[in-house]
Amino acid sequence: MNTLVYTFHFYLFGLIAIASALAFVTRKSAVAAALWLVNTMFCLSALFVMLDAQFVAAVQVLVYAGAIMVVFLFVVMLLNLGEASEVTDIRSLGGKLTAGFVGLLMLAELFSLSRLKFPRLMGAMTDHANVVNPVSAPLFHEFLLPFEVTSVVLLVAVIGAVVLAKRGPKAQ
Amino acid sequence: MIAEALFFSAVLFIIGVVGVLIRRNAIIIFMCVELMLTAVNLSFIALARLHGSATGQVFVLFVMTVAAAEAAVGLAIVISIFRHHKSVDLRNINLLKG
Repeated sequence: MNTLVYTFHFYLFGLIAIASALAFVTRKSAVAAALWLVNTMFCLSALFVMLDAQFVAAVQVLVYAGAIMVVFLFVVMLLNLGEASEVTDIRSLGGKLTAGFVGLLMLAELFSLSRLKFPRLMGAMTDHANVVNPVSAPLFHEFLLPFEVTSVVLLVAVIGAVVLAKRGPKAQ
Repeated sequence: MIAEALFFSAVLFIIGVVGVLIRRNAIIIFMCVELMLTAVNLSFIALARLHGSATGQVFVLFVMTVAAAEAAVGLAIVISIFRHHKSVDLRNINLLKG
């Protein structure tokens, strides 16, 4: 069915994501950069929906665009870094040359990889009425131990963040 | 669509790497790391679609959890560095430089 519409929107969201990412890297103000990154995350979640990962797309919007970027913006505002005070924080010539070299190297790798032929799709996940079950069933059976370890990682991260960000007794 | 998704993923990852290399603001470098993680998530989703199973999407959930933990700890480190140096410019954070 609407293959042309699908392809058009796929390219549209992909190109918007890349353009927003470029804008994000080049903005001086941290707030503007964070908002461009939120735009990138939204476009990526649209791509996720098109790739039959509706649940992950919803989690992407909730966790990345919602929670993580709000934490970033909160820290930017807490530290009062909203306006770009310096002239620019882009590195000098050496850093730019290194970045350009790495970028060229990885683009060359990309083009050599793009010659690969992908096998045909092995059956689509066509059950659009039930999008959570295919994700949650392996999560709670096959990957139960990694799932539990992940919760320990979150606990350690929360404790570590509190310990690191707390003022020491001397600094009061 | 799989090849295009992998292409977008690789380009976004490269933009993240270049951002880490050219910026000096520690918070923006953290955001570039988040961009790289999300680009890898796109690869996972595309290859899960290619494979026809949702197992790849489970790993995306794990990556998101680790990204959230990393953001929390990293931003706490940024806050404590800011208290010490009154700046998040990486030029001032060179204690480990030989």
